[in-house]
Amino acid sequence: MLKDAILKEIDKNSKVTAADLASMTGTTEAEVVKAIAEMEADGIICGYPTLINWDKTDNEKVTALIEVKVTPQLGLGFDKIAESIYKFDEVDTVYLMSGGFDLTVIIEGKSMREVANFVALKLSPMEAVLSTGTHFVLKKYKEHGLPLVYESGDNRMAVSP
Amino acid sequence: MKDPLNMKVKEIQPSGIRKFFDIVSEMKDAISLGVGEPDFETPWHIRKVGIESLEKGKTFYTSNSGLKELKEELCGYLDRRFKLKYHPKDEIFITVGGSEAIDLALRAMIDAGDEVIIPQPSYVSYLPCTVLADGVPVIINLKAENEFRLTPEELLDAVTDKTKLLIMPFPNNPTGSIMTREELEKIAKICIEKDIYVISDEIYCELTYGGKNHVSIAEIPGMKERTIVINGFSKSYAMTGWRLGYACGPKEIISQMLKIHQFAIMCAPTTSQYAAVEAVKLGDEDVARMRESYDKRRRFVVSRLREMGLDCFEPLGAFYVFPSIQSTGMTSDEFANNLLKEQKVAVVPGTAFGDCGEGFLRISYAYSLENLKEALGRMEVFVKAHKKN
Repeated sequence: MLKDAILKEIDKNSKVTAADLASMTGTTEAEVVKAIAEMEADGIICGYPTLINWDKTDNEKVTALIEVKVTPQLGLGFDKIAESIYKFDEVDTVYLMSGGFDLTVIIEGKSMREVANFVALKLSPMEAVLSTGTHFVLKKYKEHGLPLVYESGDNRMAVSP
Repeated sequence: MKDPLNMKVKEIQPSGIRKFFDIVSEMKDAISLGVGEPDFETPWHIRKVGIESLEKGKTFYTSNSGLKELKEELCGYLDRRFKLKYHPKDEIFITVGGSEAIDLALRAMIDAGDEVIIPQPSYVSYLPCTVLADGVPVIINLKAENEFRLTPEELLDAVTDKTKLLIMPFPNNPTGSIMTREELEKIAKICIEKDIYVISDEIYCELTYGGKNHVSIAEIPGMKERTIVINGFSKSYAMTGWRLGYACGPKEIISQMLKIHQFAIMCAPTTSQYAAVEAVKLGDEDVARMRESYDKRRRFVVSRLREMGLDCFEPLGAFYVFPSIQSTGMTSDEFANNLLKEQKVAVVPGTAFGDCGEGFLRISYAYSLENLKEALGRMEVFVKAHKKN
């Protein structure tokens, strides 16, 4: 119950302090710290990344979503091949999919050439990989439930009945 | 020249909130905890249905009482949520916000000289609307020691042989107080014995916490026939700007309210009504999500206020906390004005909701956590600087 409440809150804002989480959930700061430590140890909380809109910086970034068809390995299914893909540093995200292809691989590179090189030189030659289809991201509108392009602000009057 | 104005209107005091709003709006960088509406935008799927209705050219009047589908959906909702059974044909109609319904109920039911019992602190419109309807307001000053709930003793003290109506403003704006079934049963017993009608303003019915679900007084046996339930979309579905509410009750009363509505308003906004159908049909999850979010902020604000040494009971409804500032020795007005001047934080003085709000503030927690933290931090500095030893 407490863990659930903490996760829902930090899912959208990992900066919220243990003291604030304690007030919001009606418990003590020590309980919150303990619950978070347990969830970190259990691999429920895997990290605290920051949502960055790179388009607003001078950094050049290219994101590509690659549809990958693979041959599952006897006895190991898709896990082994997924692992050998997600271990590349360039790879940001790997999902096993239902439907027309097997793995979604999302990679971030400095340029289209870097992404193309990854696909041509690292991904495609893998024995289990049957085919790839690469889609480049043109614009990011929303990630992790948070809009990247639209700021609404508080449009309310300052005081109302 | 003749006086162009009506004496009754002239004598009504403008809302205390309005006065304070004028001061706040002149301070550009003030942070506010003074808003009486949700911080959420209307859920997108609801807005979309409103937009699509416009695209399809649904830009005409609806029937006076509102869209049939909306009334049917609402009756289903009231039954499943609060066990209230109303007939969509003649026991419910759609208004321009809960506010219109309050005005209509009073105008339809009050004859000159009838007494209307108004528990305070409460929403700002009950008293002026009673006066405009030629009713005589009888104020009950609710007490902090009862967590601002209405007690049977207080009600009995206020009843006379001229009493026609009781207004039940729970869950309460500004105190956040709610009434349990057991408490309502005692109030209901008196209403039945003394033959008093009830206007139950249940606009915050979806916003209750601590596992306490809202109970409508109309659900208590013998009360449906003497209660007008007023509700709306503003707070539950974050739809304040759509201006949409409804009233339900015995058809003899509803039909007379509808008569005034038909001449004064014609019908509630059509776009809003289409969007509202979507809200009632598919908005339950939105309501739950918003309630959960308010609840966290509620606990946060209560604990921060107590930390800075301000007494406050735990509010179980709406999105307000009503702390006592008596320990500072300031009046509500002084506190609110000085806090605004010194720390640029706007809160609403309790007196805006009745004289018995003196010594209290209304703090809204319909704000982001960051905003609440900053504002309460500033308030703590202010309280510490002014604390009487």
